[in-house]
Amino acid sequence: MNRRFKSLAATLSSVLLTLFGLTVLTFLIGRVMPVDPVIAAVGDNAPEDVILRARTEMGLDQPIPVQFLHYLYQLAHGDFGMSVLTKNPVAQDIVRFFPATFELATAALLLAALIGIPLGVWAAVRQGSFTDQAIRVVCLAGHSVPVFMLSLISLLVFYSALDIAPGPGRQDIIYDGMIDTVTGILTIDTLIAGDLGAFWDALAHMAQPVIILAYFSMAYIARMTRAFMIDALKGEFVITARAKGLTLTKVIWGHAFPTVAVQLVTVIALTYAGLLEGAVVTETVFSWPGIGQYLTVSLMNADMNPVIGTTLLIGLIYVGLNLIADILYRVLDPRVK
Amino acid sequence: MVSRRNFLIGGAALPFLSYIELADTAFAATPKDILVVAQQLDNMTSLDPHEGFEAVGGEVMSNMYQKLVRANSDNPDQVLPVVAASWEADADNKVFTFKLADAKFSSGAPVTGEDVAFSLQRAIKMNKSPAFIINQFGFTAENVESRIVAKDAKTVTLTTEQPTAISFLLFCLSANIGAIVEKKVVLANETNGDLGNAWLQKNSAGSGSFKLQAWKASESITLVLNENGPYKGNLKRVIIRHVVDPSSQMLMLQKGDVDIARDLTSEQLKALQSDDSIVLVRKQIASLVLISLNQNNANLAKPQVWQAVKWALDYEGMQKNIVPLTHAVHQSMEPAGFPGTVTDTPYKQDLEKAKALMAEAGLKDGFDITLDHYSAQPYPDLAQAIQANLGAIGIRVKLQSAENRQVLTKMRARGHEMALSAWGTDYFDPNSNAEVFCINKDNSDDAKKKPFAWRSSFKSDEFTAKAEAARDEKDPAKRLALYETLQRDFMANSPFAVMFQTTRTAACRKNVTGFQLGVLSEGNSYLETNKA
Repeated sequence: MNRRFKSLAATLSSVLLTLFGLTVLTFLIGRVMPVDPVIAAVGDNAPEDVILRARTEMGLDQPIPVQFLHYLYQLAHGDFGMSVLTKNPVAQDIVRFFPATFELATAALLLAALIGIPLGVWAAVRQGSFTDQAIRVVCLAGHSVPVFMLSLISLLVFYSALDIAPGPGRQDIIYDGMIDTVTGILTIDTLIAGDLGAFWDALAHMAQPVIILAYFSMAYIARMTRAFMIDALKGEFVITARAKGLTLTKVIWGHAFPTVAVQLVTVIALTYAGLLEGAVVTETVFSWPGIGQYLTVSLMNADMNPVIGTTLLIGLIYVGLNLIADILYRVLDPRVK
Repeated sequence: MVSRRNFLIGGAALPFLSYIELADTAFAATPKDILVVAQQLDNMTSLDPHEGFEAVGGEVMSNMYQKLVRANSDNPDQVLPVVAASWEADADNKVFTFKLADAKFSSGAPVTGEDVAFSLQRAIKMNKSPAFIINQFGFTAENVESRIVAKDAKTVTLTTEQPTAISFLLFCLSANIGAIVEKKVVLANETNGDLGNAWLQKNSAGSGSFKLQAWKASESITLVLNENGPYKGNLKRVIIRHVVDPSSQMLMLQKGDVDIARDLTSEQLKALQSDDSIVLVRKQIASLVLISLNQNNANLAKPQVWQAVKWALDYEGMQKNIVPLTHAVHQSMEPAGFPGTVTDTPYKQDLEKAKALMAEAGLKDGFDITLDHYSAQPYPDLAQAIQANLGAIGIRVKLQSAENRQVLTKMRARGHEMALSAWGTDYFDPNSNAEVFCINKDNSDDAKKKPFAWRSSFKSDEFTAKAEAARDEKDPAKRLALYETLQRDFMANSPFAVMFQTTRTAACRKNVTGFQLGVLSEGNSYLETNKA
């Protein structure tokens, strides 16, 4: 019990330290950036008295340590401050933007894992064959072609030329304002509203960005799976299993894959975290109002409260997914127990 | 019996089959009574007309609110009546009386003198970014209730501190800061004495063509018809979708998913010129591209160098090769389309003349200098051309590219040497630009006023006096004549090389008619827009 408590306390303090470090770093970067946040708030042409007043109202006339302490005090009270651009509390903005990214990232990860893992295993089993080479080329393309190019080509082909996919955005304008936001995840909200037409529309709008993000992630997952699997297939336990006369399928999925699954947990967790950060380029091309766009626009306008809030959220995601990966390690690998 | 292999293949194909079926149902053209616009909505911070001061927000607000008068794009020397039916000045040019026409708010209530007086008083009391446009007439939070008065339901008087040209006052009242809000609604939503500011940032209470249904930052703005407003066309809704990427805007326009694309690039516009299904609506807007020479630099402080730079630039070449559809050569500090603007372009590239001027300045061997410029196109291309042009007369330019707010921040701190930037005019009167380019009375680092001239440490008592004289002239015709003289003087004797004026283009589908672009964003109007 005592050991468990100590372990929990150590994990918690490491999480808090990480988040504190992130806060300090982001705050300092925000303050040394060569952009005046007041200009973002009041406009470049605002008269000097308005600028001075806004600077005072935003607390930017205070010394940096005082500003930081004030910010920490706010954070401790669960207040991430206001966004200058959206005029909303940052927490409220995050609640609005994050579900769009979450929806995209989760669907992309599921698709990427469902295709990438079998593909990687197949390539490993057929190592050196034409199939292996073909999978490697597909994965290499997925990893090396810029996402914006893939996105634009996809729009050009499937939306513009073939007319089988909808254009940018999360939903068609005929559904504008018709679906109440409950979870922020449009596919779920449309189902809650009982509007199947809107549900299919939302799903169709997701298809292109999801497939592109999934392709990018799939390439990484498949390559890593292949590498892990090649190592596993060389293991003595695999040779033993084969010597015992087990079928190839049983050897691969029953004996070799479980050892790979442990390593894949980390790969998938990190891929998911990367997707949840918000894919700025994909979100931009597909006009997807996600956290990536929110963070970028805020950063470009030196609107630092959303930048710090979003960075903390991303930090939390990384820490959280790492924790989940650790737990899964214990479940999947008997040696850790 | 279905084999496992076939079952798996069938299962995998199923989602794709259902997806193809969707194509017929989900992706229909936009309805005829809904106008869909693709536009970048990044920089909007408020839809309160007495606070918002950005181009996109300004446009949205001007479609939701009416003002006493509005600028006339076809004849910039005049204003057109809107809520004001008529106006007159007293003999001293200090008391201005406005008689109101019949107009109704979106709530159905009539627009009264009380609403007009409250709105202008509110703008002064809140004192947000655009308030200077009308508080320059001597209105303060303390005196505004006695100086802006509703005499009756149809009459309002404004009393200025100094005798004022009525044309100057009217031009300023045509800005969004002069928007009329419904007093009762705004005060009903007041919190902590904010005069309804927090509420009006995301709601509307106006008498314009449309009212605000929803503003989802970085996503969309939805305007719905104000049944009591002036709009008489067939649109019931205008949906402005935040589409950042110009390529996406272009594809959506061509597919008919949006009716108007607002941020297409030069290359895309070139391609659309031959597209029969698209109509390009173009307008020169009040945004100038110019080079500022910081007078803190000893070399740049020499008037011969100002002249040499202006004669070294290949204005025509840059316009034709870099910005053919988005900018026109323009050299006055006042934008074309404004009252009294000089459209002469006396400067052409003359390298011999420029070299002679450099020699006259004692800088025959040239000098090294840094040019800060925006990183967004077309600025990097223009900067390279400028680098080549100035290199030909010995000025060795080092280019420094940065995001535009970084460049502006640096200029505000007078940290630049040369800067290539843009200047957007605030309101529809020549004083708007004349004031920022010419009137700099205190050039110290901690000056209370820091106009554009201050940022480049340029102080000219002569220009200050001339700009003030033009501003204060009561006779409208004489006033414009004074501004014309000032513009020519400024062109010849200032460290600012105005090069281009921006042209804005809205690409509309052929079935959309009547969309208007104004010289200022608040002139961008859906008032006469129809969709067939």
